[in-house]
Amino acid sequence: MVEHGDIRVVHRGGSKINFREPVITHDSRYLLCASGECVKVFSTSTEECIHDLRGHTGLVTGVLLKPSNHLQVYSCSADGTVRLWDYTDGILIKVQLDSCIVFAPVFAVSVIAVIILVWKAGHNLFQLVAVDLPQSGDQLVEARELSAVLSDVSSNPAAIVFGRGGEYIASANGLHLEVYFFKKQKSYRFSLKEDNKKGGKNTVTCVACHPKDDCIATGHEDGKIRLWRNFNHKKEYTYSTLHWHHSAVSSLCFTPEGTNLLSGGMESVLVQWRYNQESERDFLPRLGSAITHITVSPDGALFCTSHSDNKITIIQSCVKVSAVIQGLVKGESVRTDMMVDPRSKSLVLNGKPGHLQFYSLPRDKLLYNLDIVQQEYIHESGLEQFEVVKAAFDASGSWLATVEERKQKDAELELNLKLWAFDEQTQSFVLNTTISAPHEARITAMCFCHATDSQTTMLVSTSKDGHFKAWQLVSDRALYRKAEFGPSWSCDFVGAYHGLVPECCCFSADGSLLAVSFQEVVTVWSPASWELLTTLSQPPKAVRDLCFGRLSCSKYLLGTTANNLLCCWNLLTCSLEWSTSMDISLLLADPLTENMAAFCCQAGSTDLFVFKPSEPRPVFSQKAVCSGKVTRAVFAPREEMLESCEESSQWLNHSQLYFLTPDLPVFPDIVIFLPPPFKLVIDDSVAMTPFYLLLGKHRQQEDADPLSGLSAERRPLPQCSVAIKELLQTPAHVLPSTSFLCSMFVQSLLISETKHVEEEMESEKEEEDSEGEMESSTQRPEQASLGGQAAPALTKAQLRELKRVKKLDHSWFPGLLHS
Amino acid sequence: MASFKPTKVQVYPKLGEKVTQDTLYWKNYKAPVQIKEFGAITNIDFSPVAPHNFAVTAFTRIHIYGPFSQEPVKTFTRFKDTAYCGRFRSDGQLLVAGCEDSVVRLFDVSGKVALRMFKGHTKAVHITDFTSDRYQILTGSDDYTCRLWDIPNATELNTYQEHTDYIRCGVTSKLNRDLFITGSYDHTLKLFDARADKSVMTMDHGQPVESLLLYPSEGLLVSAGGRHVKVWDLLKGGQPLVSLKNHHKTVTCLCLSSSGHRLLSASLDRHVKVYNTTNYKVVHNFDYAASILSLALAPDDESIVVGMTNSILSIKHRKSLDESKEISGQQRRQPSYRVFVKGKNYVPKQDDYLVSKPVKQHLAKYDKQLKKFNVSKALDTALETWTRLRKPEITVAVIKELDRRGTLKNALAGRDEQGLARLLNFLIGNVVDPRFAPVLVTAAEMILDIYQSVIGQSSVVDRQLLRLQELLEREIDYQQDLLEVLGMLDTMFASSLPRKEVNLHLSKRKTESINSDREEDAVGQ
Repeated sequence: MVEHGDIRVVHRGGSKINFREPVITHDSRYLLCASGECVKVFSTSTEECIHDLRGHTGLVTGVLLKPSNHLQVYSCSADGTVRLWDYTDGILIKVQLDSCIVFAPVFAVSVIAVIILVWKAGHNLFQLVAVDLPQSGDQLVEARELSAVLSDVSSNPAAIVFGRGGEYIASANGLHLEVYFFKKQKSYRFSLKEDNKKGGKNTVTCVACHPKDDCIATGHEDGKIRLWRNFNHKKEYTYSTLHWHHSAVSSLCFTPEGTNLLSGGMESVLVQWRYNQESERDFLPRLGSAITHITVSPDGALFCTSHSDNKITIIQSCVKVSAVIQGLVKGESVRTDMMVDPRSKSLVLNGKPGHLQFYSLPRDKLLYNLDIVQQEYIHESGLEQFEVVKAAFDASGSWLATVEERKQKDAELELNLKLWAFDEQTQSFVLNTTISAPHEARITAMCFCHATDSQTTMLVSTSKDGHFKAWQLVSDRALYRKAEFGPSWSCDFVGAYHGLVPECCCFSADGSLLAVSFQEVVTVWSPASWELLTTLSQPPKAVRDLCFGRLSCSKYLLGTTANNLLCCWNLLTCSLEWSTSMDISLLLADPLTENMAAFCCQAGSTDLFVFKPSEPRPVFSQKAVCSGKVTRAVFAPREEMLESCEESSQWLNHSQLYFLTPDLPVFPDIVIFLPPPFKLVIDDSVAMTPFYLLLGKHRQQEDADPLSGLSAERRPLPQCSVAIKELLQTPAHVLPSTSFLCSMFVQSLLISETKHVEEEMESEKEEEDSEGEMESSTQRPEQASLGGQAAPALTKAQLRELKRVKKLDHSWFPGLLHS
Repeated sequence: MASFKPTKVQVYPKLGEKVTQDTLYWKNYKAPVQIKEFGAITNIDFSPVAPHNFAVTAFTRIHIYGPFSQEPVKTFTRFKDTAYCGRFRSDGQLLVAGCEDSVVRLFDVSGKVALRMFKGHTKAVHITDFTSDRYQILTGSDDYTCRLWDIPNATELNTYQEHTDYIRCGVTSKLNRDLFITGSYDHTLKLFDARADKSVMTMDHGQPVESLLLYPSEGLLVSAGGRHVKVWDLLKGGQPLVSLKNHHKTVTCLCLSSSGHRLLSASLDRHVKVYNTTNYKVVHNFDYAASILSLALAPDDESIVVGMTNSILSIKHRKSLDESKEISGQQRRQPSYRVFVKGKNYVPKQDDYLVSKPVKQHLAKYDKQLKKFNVSKALDTALETWTRLRKPEITVAVIKELDRRGTLKNALAGRDEQGLARLLNFLIGNVVDPRFAPVLVTAAEMILDIYQSVIGQSSVVDRQLLRLQELLEREIDYQQDLLEVLGMLDTMFASSLPRKEVNLHLSKRKTESINSDREEDAVGQ
């Protein structure tokens, strides 16, 4: 028999690779870094991800090479385990379970033991703990012997470091620096004053130890670096100060020979200080974004910096950048919608400041960043920068429109609308037109006309200044001095409605209608003549989201309002078809099918409903997809269509639904719905032919039919029947003889004759008066899906009886009048 | 490591003249050939037959130049005094010229000595011309008379004494051998018929007439005198058609383009203007170094020859087709560019080992300073006189960039009197420009904030601040007026639009829902 699982929600990429500092292997060929729940192994020369070391069930909180064996690596995780891996083959060697540890954010290694930074839940403090690794052959070892090394340490792993081959450990917490000598079993504490004269902060942010010399470098919040010496005396310790950074030093690192000290911070400049000649510095500027970690390969040939924009840069001895490993950039907020580039099928959203990132979902790799703002980024906190706030692709992917804005406290809003043309030669987008100040206020929505056959491309933008503008591509030669200037964009129409503020806009699938919502009123315009065709309104509250139906449902316009209402208007009759009360945070239309997805926020978690505007019953619904409010999602077309015939997962045949999880600080952020895995359980000796599938399914349905009373009554027309679909899709040469199939085919067409006739009559009536249909659909869809009890079915039958009587009346009454 | 991104200078739409077919046509000439003559060049005449040599009358000589020669191919020097108006006969064989000594001389183009000398005028003869039958000569003189002479006999045929001042211009009809027109300093144009003893038509130009021109059809006559160019319709009995006043000094010469669709006028104001002869609008304009006395166009507009008071003859030849294409290629091959492309177009051979070198990014000076965070220096660079006056958009772009970096205040502060005066000068010049206003207003506010305390210490700065204030007040008034006009227009438009009924689907839906409610009740019962 055929078994189907449920539709699953799967995390799909975009995890942080800059969470902890990466590790370069001894031969400098690989780079290991913690990424979500796995450890990723990258090649330092090709930037490719070679394997994922999977096995942890919690967030991986640190990676470290085993000192005694260069081919093995430890990783520890928030799930309380430390694992040892062979990274070249990607094989898990050992699992050690620390049962008493709740949280293990970092570790460091001495020769015999692993020292881990742990968080004791009971005491609510961070502690350094040494774990003895028993030399047993077992896969799973439980470590019981834990000895605390230091307690009351900082939660920041950068503030704990081993010095001179593990002779001492230096740990900084706030304004204090503590050095613990293992041999003497003695610790020294040094403190700094809270604030120095100029108001800078002395809080220690990171610590590094010189590999050969007794010297500890500490980085401070005010950008200073202090070099401590003689710290094995309580009183006679000395320190010297280096100052170049203007804001906090986030990472410090000595080169293996100890000749240089590397430092980095928010300025995104890697600074190389000569040890003992600190006035000589080398700089590597413009690394992209703030440096979070610096590591050096054991032979000192490669430097590696992690950046706040989820990037790891590999640098050859402070001279030039040799490789960049870029993960999904997650900025402070995703202000553009998630989009799918129609050409590369990659996901497009905000990336680095002023950039759009093109992210390939199947490969979980950033393809490229498109520089939208094209200005030098100044790394300084508190500075208002240009941000990309809106972006839109046209249907073929040959045009990209972006809006960038910058708002200073008391100055005017600066807005730029840019239109980018896809250049076939360079395979990237090239700036075509820049429109500075396209509107007087913020742009609230922007969309392209998606008609594929139209001659001209059109873009509509709505703004808080009360206008919406249509932009059109014109190739007016007379405007230009030279013919080599190609076509460019200019404003075609400015529309307004009673001075109300337009919130969203949407083109119909064929591009013949434009719907613009002005607060609580939806206006429908004809883009050909710019005539206001009609206005629709659902009284009390402002419209939040607008969406046209596709394909067979293109006569429907759906909108969500601020008072938790989902409305569906029929554009042929210009009237409300149905409405239901749901708090919808996001409404999406699948570009390839009629399906619409609604993310519905309820009690702190988000539910998903997939439905067709023409049917009152949802195709699919899932409660509590994730916690929090989903505001960004996208339907991504599949490269090849799936052949799933399970009704609840058919909506995933053409496209996949990705959404961005609401702000969880550490977990990966792109999530996808996957269709159920197709499990085949072979029973007896029946061969698995498509015909068997067909027959088997049909039998199953027949079994199911008498059980569900209402669902049989409201079943779709026979054309949509899965059995028939299967029959029509199966190649002819594998089908049995027609005579054999005929009776079954006819039977499937004639599923309970009387019901079929009734349904036909009902559909006839629907054209005249759709009240009955409307009433039934104003209920919550999931209620409808649950199916009614016997009582509603009874009223239904009565209603139908009533209608039949009414229809009879209508037919003879006029005749009577005439005679 | 990303490279430094230079400051973006916004491209503003150009407010310059429109490029038309005319500008393209009239700009398509090579750089002029300039030849120094012996005195002011009073007349230029093209030979009607190929190779279209032209006779240049200057001081006591007439030089004949070939179409492309820069040396005269022929010189006539047998004049006792200043020569005037050397003109070719329609077969290009004979040349006639007047002279200050009142003698009219007729030359064979290939000879040297005058074939005939016509003596009869008592004063300088400024105008000579052949009639269309080629056997007679028309002359006009400062003794107020114009005469007709017979070439074969060298005798005077007729004398007309109707003008009351110097006769300085005249043309003969190319279609009728008896008709000719003269213009005089007595402000009149007179049309004479050799068959009659009197003028047949008189037109009043209003200013001393300097030049005359007949259209090829000879229905229209153009006269130039004073600052005016007037067009007369001869067929309507000398009715004035248009009066053009595009020059600001006396118009000295007129000329028609070969197609007859464009009229050229040259003036003492150093300009040559090109008019469209259908609507008489100026379509193009040439500038010359000195006052122009004479102008001629070669057949097919192959060259424009202009003679000036500073005795320089300027000849512009039309670019040939392939030459005009070549020009752009030549510009690309200038040495400075060649340095940049050196080795770039070399196609590597199979065994070559390619050593790649990073391309050095060229940055403007202010960008280099911005890269080093030298904000005050960058602003100083952007405020240099040439940039400030010629490319204010660069200065504004730098100010905008500084504002974006949050360092505009630092850059503006700490300036001495001279630096502040320069800054204020720039603001006064550009703050009301709508393209720059949003950026410069913030800068102006910052300047006022920073230098509040030093107001009153320097008279220069104070004066400029007052000017700025005055400018802004004027601008505010102006904007207010504009808004008022806009409001008036809005009301007018609103009242002129027809009212359209909005369909009442809303009420319709209400009734529908009421209906359905009733139905539900009915079902419940």
